[in-house]
Amino acid sequence: MEFFRDTNIDFLGKKWYFLAFSLIFSVAGLCSIFFWHGIPLGVEFRGGTLVYLKFEQTPNLDQIRHDLDRAGLHDPRIQRFGQTADNEVLVDLGLKETSEAALDKGKNTIIHALETPGETRQDLNNTGESSLEQWLIQKDPLHLGTDANQRYADIAHKIEDFRNKERGGILTSVDELKAVVPPEVVSALSQDFYTSGFVVRNVEIVGPQVGSQLRAQAIRATIYSLAGMLVYLWFRFELIYGIGAVVACFHDTIITIGFFSLLDKEISLTVIAAILTLIGYSMNDTIVVFDRIRENLKLLRREPLANIVNRSINQTLSRTILTSGLTFLTVLSLYIFGGEVLRGFSLALVIGILIGTYSSIAVAAPMLVAYQDWRARRMGQLVTEKAIATQQRGGANKASAKVKIKA
Amino acid sequence: MNKNLLTKTILIIGVLVVFLFGVFGIPSSFSGAGLSQALQKRIHLGLDLKGGTHLILQVQVNDAVNADTDRDIERLKDALKGANIAFGEVTKPDPQNHPELIAIKGVPPEATGDLRRVITDKFPDYDLTSGAQNAWSMSLKPAIVADTKTKAVQQAIETIRNRIDQLGVSEPVIQEHGLGDYQILVQLPGVDDPARVKEIMQSTALLEIRLVKGGPFPSEDAAMQANNGVLPPDTVLLKGYSGSHGQDNTSEEEAYWLVSRISAVSGSDLRSADAGTDENGRPDVNFTLTNEGGRRFGAFTGAHVGEKLAVVLDNRVKSVATIQEQIRDSGRITGAFTQQETSDLALTLRSGALPAGIKYLQEVTVGPSLGADSIREGVRAAVIGFVVVMIFMLVYYRAAGINADLGLTLNLIILLGFLGFSGATLTLPGIAGVILTVGMGVDSNVLIFERIREELRHGKTPSSAVDQGFAHAWRTIFDTHVTTIVSAVILFLFGTGPVKGFAVTLSFGLAANLFTSVFVSRVIFEAVLNRHQRGQALSI
Repeated sequence: MEFFRDTNIDFLGKKWYFLAFSLIFSVAGLCSIFFWHGIPLGVEFRGGTLVYLKFEQTPNLDQIRHDLDRAGLHDPRIQRFGQTADNEVLVDLGLKETSEAALDKGKNTIIHALETPGETRQDLNNTGESSLEQWLIQKDPLHLGTDANQRYADIAHKIEDFRNKERGGILTSVDELKAVVPPEVVSALSQDFYTSGFVVRNVEIVGPQVGSQLRAQAIRATIYSLAGMLVYLWFRFELIYGIGAVVACFHDTIITIGFFSLLDKEISLTVIAAILTLIGYSMNDTIVVFDRIRENLKLLRREPLANIVNRSINQTLSRTILTSGLTFLTVLSLYIFGGEVLRGFSLALVIGILIGTYSSIAVAAPMLVAYQDWRARRMGQLVTEKAIATQQRGGANKASAKVKIKA
Repeated sequence: MNKNLLTKTILIIGVLVVFLFGVFGIPSSFSGAGLSQALQKRIHLGLDLKGGTHLILQVQVNDAVNADTDRDIERLKDALKGANIAFGEVTKPDPQNHPELIAIKGVPPEATGDLRRVITDKFPDYDLTSGAQNAWSMSLKPAIVADTKTKAVQQAIETIRNRIDQLGVSEPVIQEHGLGDYQILVQLPGVDDPARVKEIMQSTALLEIRLVKGGPFPSEDAAMQANNGVLPPDTVLLKGYSGSHGQDNTSEEEAYWLVSRISAVSGSDLRSADAGTDENGRPDVNFTLTNEGGRRFGAFTGAHVGEKLAVVLDNRVKSVATIQEQIRDSGRITGAFTQQETSDLALTLRSGALPAGIKYLQEVTVGPSLGADSIREGVRAAVIGFVVVMIFMLVYYRAAGINADLGLTLNLIILLGFLGFSGATLTLPGIAGVILTVGMGVDSNVLIFERIREELRHGKTPSSAVDQGFAHAWRTIFDTHVTTIVSAVILFLFGTGPVKGFAVTLSFGLAANLFTSVFVSRVIFEAVLNRHQRGQALSI
C-alpha cells in the first residue's frame, strides 16, 4: 500500500496561498493575544490558589459560591471541570488571596467553608494516611497494646487504598469501610470521623515571587531553544537554512499560542514543555526537507532552485505525511484518552504537529527560495552596476561576473 | 546463519534481557500480579502520580544577619564602656532591609581615634564610616554578609531534613532551589495533608530560659505603668502564658511578662527533648542540657533561688516556674499542650533551631486519588497510541511492519529499563513522553522504509536497496534525534519536576530509538534477506 507515489505538486507555486493562510491565523492569534483574551496564564505563572474538588453528588455551584462568600472569599472563579459524571469543581482564587505571609490561607478557608457546619468530628475523606495511622495508634480500637504500629499502618493503608482506588477518593459513609477493616475499627472511626461530601483532589498555590520567576524561566528556555537550533543548523547547513527553520518554528509558536488565546485555554508549565517539544519536532521536519534539498542540489546542478525545492518536497512528502500522521495519531490518543491533567499539553502538541508539518513545506522552503532569489538579483544588480561602471570608465579590467548559487 | 549475524542477534537478545531486568527486577512470580508488583517497585513514581506535596520555601536570611548584628550591638556597648568612650545611642536604622548596618550616635570627636581602634581590634568584620554630627555607622563586610546568608540556608536545609526524617516521610527531597534567592525545595511523597508537616518545618523552635523581672501584666500599658513608663535596662516585654490554664487545658489566657533580655540557657545547650506527662497527667516536654549548659544553668538557678524563671519559645513565654533550688541539667516545659503538640515540639527541639524564619512560596498537593486516576488514564492513552501505530505499520509496510513493530517494542522495554536502572522519576508528562517517543521513533523506520521503497522502484536489488536505505537515512535520523534531544535537555534544565520527567523519558526514548531503528532493524532485515531465495521480492 502506498499513498504518495510520484507526486508532482507545485508547492512553491502555491506560496502566496500559504502566506495568506499563515497570515490569517497569525494575525487572528495576535489580535486575540493583544485585544481579546490575552495570553491566559496557568496558575504557576500568574500566582494564585487553585483547589480541585470532587463531590459525591452533583455540585451546586451557586451554593458553593454562597458558602465561600460567607467565609470571606468574594471573587472566586468557580467552574465545572472534566467530565460531568465526575462531579469535579475547580475553585480559583486570585493573587490577592495568595500572599506569602500565609500562603495556604485561601485553601484552608475553602475547605472549612465547605465542611459540614457544626460538625466537630474530622473529615475522613480529607484525612491523609499518616494522620489516620497516628490516630489509630493512639485510639487503639483493636486493643493491641503498644506494639501495634505495623498492624495499624497496614489498616490505614488499606483504608486509603480502598477510598482512593475503589471509590475515586470519596466515601459516602464510614460504614463503607466494613468491607476492608474489622468492625471495631469502623465503630471507633464513626465516633471521631464523618464523611463530608467532597474530597480535595489537587491543590496548587503559587505565591507572586515564584510566579514571576517561572515566567522569566519559561521565556529564557524558549529563547535558548530557538538559539540552540539556529546554531546547530548553521553548523550543519548554512546560515540561511538556519534562519528559515527558526522563522518557521517561530511561526509555529505564535500560531499555537494564538490558538490557546483564541480558545481561552490556559498556558501552564507543561504547555510550555509541549511548545518546546514541538519546536524540536518542527525542526526535525524542516531538516528532512532541507537534507533532501541539499542532496538534490548536488545531483541536479543545472535546474533552477525552485524546481529542486519542489522536487525535494514531493520526494519527502510521503515520509512527512506519514510520520506526522502517526505522531498525530499518538498525540490525539493522548488528547482524547489521557485525562484532564494533560489536556493543555496534548492540545498544544496536536496543534503543534499539524502546524509544524505545514510550516516546513509552506514557510521554511519558500523562504529559502525567496532568499536565494533575492541574493541572485542583488548579485545580478551589483554585477550589472559594476559592469556599467567599468564600461563607463572604459576600463581594461573586466569584472568577472560570477553568479553563484551557494549549495 | 552468517556468523556476524549470529553475534549481532545475541547482542540484541542480551540487551533485551538486561533491560527487562531493569524494568522488573527479579519478580516474585511471572503472573500478572507478580509482574505488576515488581514493576511498581522498580519504577519511581513522581509526585503527580503517587500523590504528595511539593513545597518551595524561602529562608528569611535577613533574620540570621539580624541575629548576628544584635549580638554584636551588645558586645559593642560593653566594649565602648570598657574603653571609656561616651556614646549616645547604638541602634539599627533599618533592620528590615539592611540588617548589616549599625548606627552609633553621640560619640564626642576626641574619642574618634579610640573608637577606630576598638572597632579594628574587636570588630574586624565591620567597616566603619563616619557620618554627620558625631554619628558613625558600622556595616558588616559584604563577604561576611553573603557568607552568613549562605550558611543560614545550608543550616536550614539540615534542620528541616532532621525534622522530616523524624516524621518518617519516605524518600523526601530537600534541596536548594533556583538561583540565588535563598529558596529551598521540599518534596514529600505520600503526604497529602501537609498542614502538620508545614508547621513543624516552619517553627523556629528557639528555646530560651530567662529570668523573670516582673509580671504577669494583663496588657502592655499596665506593664509600662508599673515601671513608670520606662522599662528597666536589659529587660524586654514578652507575651505569653498567664499562669492559668483554661478549663479544658487547651486554651491559655494571655499576659505580658517582663523578662531579662539575655537568656540563661538556650536551645543550643539542649542535649535532648522528649514528650512526657507532668504530675497532673498533662502532656509536657522534658529536656536535658549538655554539660556546659548544665553548669551555667546550675549557676543561674543557684543565684536566683526563690525568683521565677520563664521558658521562652520563639519569643513567647511558654511557662513560668519558681526556682525552688539549684537545678543542674534538666527542665520541663509545661503548658496547654495536646499530646500531639508535645511530641511535635520535642521533635523540633531535638532537630535544633532554625537559623532564620521561613516563608512558603509555593505549595502543590496532589491527592492520591488523582494520582491513581492519572496513572490509569496515562497508561490507557499510551497503550492505545502504541497499538494504533503498530497496526498501521503492519498494514502499510506489510512484513517490514513486523520489523518496525519489534523495534518499537524493544524501544519501549529499553526506555522503561533505563528508568528502572537510573531511578529517574516517571511523571505524568513522562508517560506522555513515552507516547511521543513511539510517534517520533516510528519516524526513523518510516524514513528508512520509504528510502528502501524508492530504491526498489529505481530497480535496485533488495539487499542493495536495504543498504542504500539505511545509508541515506542515517544522517537525517541522527540530525532529527539530536535536535529533539537538545530540546529535551533545555527542558530538563529549566523545568520543574513533572516537566523534568518528560524531558527524561523523551531523551531516553530517542536514544533507545537510535539503537533499535538503525541497528536492530538492520539485523532483522539481514536475517530476512538471508533466508530469501534468489530474486525473491522484499515485502515492504
